[in-house]
Amino acid sequence: MIRFSGSRSFTGENVVEFHVHGSTAVISAILRELGRMDGLRAAEPGEFTRRALENDRLDLAQVEGLADLIESETEAQRRQALRVLAGDLGRRAEKWRGDLIRAAALLEATIDFADEDVPVDVRPEVRVLLEGTRAELEREAKGVQTAERIRTGFEVAILGAPNTGKSTLLNTLAGREAAITSEIAGTTRDVIEVRMDLGGLPVTLLDTAGLRETDDKVESIGIARARERAELADLRVILVENGGPIPPGGFEAGANDIVLRAKSDLQDEKSGGISGLTGDGVDDLVDRITQFLSTQAGSTGIATRERHRISFENAVAALDEASRQLDFGDSRTDIAAEELRSAVRSLDALVGRVDVENILDEIFSSFCIGK
Amino acid sequence: MKHDFDVVVVGGGHAGTEAAHAAARMGVQTALVTLRREDIGVMSCNPAIGGLGKGHLVREIDAMDGVMGRVADLAGIQFRLLNRRKGPAVQGPRSQADRAIYRREMLAATLTQDNLTVIAGETTDFLMSDGRVTGIRLADDSEIRAQAVILTTGTFLRGIIHIGDEQRPGGRMGDRPSVKLAERLESFALPLGRLKTGTPPRLDGRTINWDLLEKQPGDDDPVMFSFLSRKPSARQISCGITYTNERTHEIITANLGRSAMYGGHIGGVGPRYCPSIEDKVVRFADKTSHQIFLEPEGLSDHTIYPNGISTSLPVDVQKDYVRSIKGLENATILQPGYAIEYDYVDPRSLDATLSLKSVPGLFLAGQINGTTGYEEAAAQGLVAGLNAAMIVQGREPAHFGRTESYIGVMVDDLITRGVSEPYRMFTSRAEMRLALRADNADQRLTPKAIDLGCVSRIREDVFTAKAEKLTHGRDILQSRSWTPSELAGLDVVMSQDGTRRNGMALLAFPDISFRDIAPLAAEISEIEPEIQRQLENDALYANYIERQKRDIEALKRDEAHVIPRDFEFDGISGLSNELKAKLSAVRPENLAQAGRVDGMTPAALTLLLVKLRRDKRERVV
Repeated sequence: MIRFSGSRSFTGENVVEFHVHGSTAVISAILRELGRMDGLRAAEPGEFTRRALENDRLDLAQVEGLADLIESETEAQRRQALRVLAGDLGRRAEKWRGDLIRAAALLEATIDFADEDVPVDVRPEVRVLLEGTRAELEREAKGVQTAERIRTGFEVAILGAPNTGKSTLLNTLAGREAAITSEIAGTTRDVIEVRMDLGGLPVTLLDTAGLRETDDKVESIGIARARERAELADLRVILVENGGPIPPGGFEAGANDIVLRAKSDLQDEKSGGISGLTGDGVDDLVDRITQFLSTQAGSTGIATRERHRISFENAVAALDEASRQLDFGDSRTDIAAEELRSAVRSLDALVGRVDVENILDEIFSSFCIGK
Repeated sequence: MKHDFDVVVVGGGHAGTEAAHAAARMGVQTALVTLRREDIGVMSCNPAIGGLGKGHLVREIDAMDGVMGRVADLAGIQFRLLNRRKGPAVQGPRSQADRAIYRREMLAATLTQDNLTVIAGETTDFLMSDGRVTGIRLADDSEIRAQAVILTTGTFLRGIIHIGDEQRPGGRMGDRPSVKLAERLESFALPLGRLKTGTPPRLDGRTINWDLLEKQPGDDDPVMFSFLSRKPSARQISCGITYTNERTHEIITANLGRSAMYGGHIGGVGPRYCPSIEDKVVRFADKTSHQIFLEPEGLSDHTIYPNGISTSLPVDVQKDYVRSIKGLENATILQPGYAIEYDYVDPRSLDATLSLKSVPGLFLAGQINGTTGYEEAAAQGLVAGLNAAMIVQGREPAHFGRTESYIGVMVDDLITRGVSEPYRMFTSRAEMRLALRADNADQRLTPKAIDLGCVSRIREDVFTAKAEKLTHGRDILQSRSWTPSELAGLDVVMSQDGTRRNGMALLAFPDISFRDIAPLAAEISEIEPEIQRQLENDALYANYIERQKRDIEALKRDEAHVIPRDFEFDGISGLSNELKAKLSAVRPENLAQAGRVDGMTPAALTLLLVKLRRDKRERVV
């Protein structure tokens, strides 16, 4: 552990740095312990840079150089959150959102429309909503279910037109026949996942259906999935046929995505090409992938999981306090509502931002307000 | 250039009077131009001031030494503190006002205000010079020059009144809209939207059978709006309560096709929190009865405002349904209910001082900005009036932040989010609700008002005296602490955890009040009741306010990074074109507003901050 006094730290504030073993378990345990400390929270993307700037510790050129890094950190967190929400957890988060908005609407209706025709005692319904949500959140916080869902590590999607050798490349990288390959275009229909270790980083490789216009129903579902998963992936490797369109199938390649010429074994020009069949260019690709991923905030996955756990715990504590305040009776409705707001804010990343308009919508659609 | 006045305010409604008074209090020469003197302080809708959220606004206006609270106290014929049984943060003072007294007192206050001149006349056009508004022209072609003009003309922009299938142009009932002025505003090509609002039929109180009806009296210990008022001055009355019934609903349902709204005559969007009786019957078909408050319009006036049955049905249907209601069987309608449709200016074209970004020298306040309600209008008038004066005095704008006032919440909502229905204040709009209370509006805002220079000597003295008493009281409570065992003699439940707690900490417990801790020390019981109440409220929310402090500080820091009006968002390297376009369209005034622009990322904000700092440095050099 190293202590920096404000005059010597990056941000200009007192800083403590932990140097620890890089295993997931150790990092998780430390984050968990720190997360329990009062007044301590995880930094937002770019927060250190922002503080350094506010404290005049950085010259402007330095900050501009850091902007890309902040952007990629933000992006990585966003992708992680999206990945979580794409699954079963997302569906339940949707229900929590609905229930919390309903509970807030009930409380706010008795506050903001006290003089009108609203139910006098909404507490029984609010209690049911809070307790139901609280129980589910607590289960999540214990991590029994989330552990499987929130994956750590990176996702790399292989994309391209049909029959460009995506599956062959996957098999070569994986060192086994994970995907079926054939000369028939459109062989791969669903997304195939292979977890592997790439240069010491946990990576899930995704083989996807070839991008093209098709009347085949099953294939077009596969293509839609390919696009969806590819967009959520941390990195895309895009294979382009000689003379084929860049990007294939109208897919927009990101600035960091790796675009390669497919089946270089069939062509004279070797540079910028790849062949899963001969292994030509594969080492080079692995280098580029690991280089990119290791510059990404390496522990985004663990950090995200830890963030979620902390937000679950904070939300549970706030909901408990909201229920306790409700027990004191009407005079504490405003405080109960504040605790509920705080619970919703903790879950922002999962349930989406809840705005006063969402609550007003619910109030006006349930109660005949208005004199 | 010669100026006849420093600031001209057009319109004598709630926004106009508050704007004119605010500018005049700042010491600049101000003219209030209105069609007729008698229009000053007219309440065109229901005869009530305050309520939830709105009561907060009135208190804040008063804390800035505005007029609304004082005049409402003089005109109040029934005072009720809403949410009395809930926490003090969400309690809102409300009063029924005698229309005639309100108008009389507002006119008197206006005529006696220093630096303020009332001019009766119809404003027909703006004087323009280099794209800047430099005054107004009246119907008799006379000109009034000024450095800033505040337009507070309510619903006059393409206002149409609907009674059933009858329509006629007009602002409020009986007023004529100024066509030329509207054309001039049109030439500014401001983004406009269309809204509507309704009123109920006014009834003759002498034809109501009051004996059949429930009564709603005022509070036994009336709570005033103004920090300077002590008790009501007008005679106090009760309101009546009655209900619609199935017969009423049948009549309305049978005639829906003749309602302006359901007959398809109205395109504007109405407020969801103030639906017409047609709306209520259609949307909540399973409800067989709706509450109606029968509000007297004054002590010397027989007119009754039946709050809850606003309508755009034809007159004969209004008569039928009114008479189907208990107590109203023989009621006479003095003025039929009507709906009014009007254009409003998208308030996103305003900056935080409520001046138009594209037309220097012109401020808009009140209903023209898409809001509803006297209190919302007056609060905007205050902001516009103060800031118009700041321009004249060459000073920095007077800013109201979200973290310090409901006024700030409203202005920020309006200019950054715009409106989709007539905007009304709700306490739920204020993120810092527990800190922004009606009871502490003076402590939040009067110091700011004193700094700006818009308060009277009396106000300043009253405030300073109270502030001293509060500090003294707090010191007494904080200077001593007790262990749970020392408190064993008191009638309170406390965990025996050995923690010493001071008086403020004890008051934070739900079941401990001043009465409970008074026996602990003689000087505690010497604290005045008013100060006791305030300290109790502060103690109740102390933990929450402490928790919010960090958020508030972060927000204030971002608000302090002001983005100059001529700032070039295009010049920020590393920002996506999409974000540049959005920022250029919204033109946020500070970093906090920029952060709320859709799609902003931390990196983009940091880049923006970098550019701001660099520009500032270059300017200094």
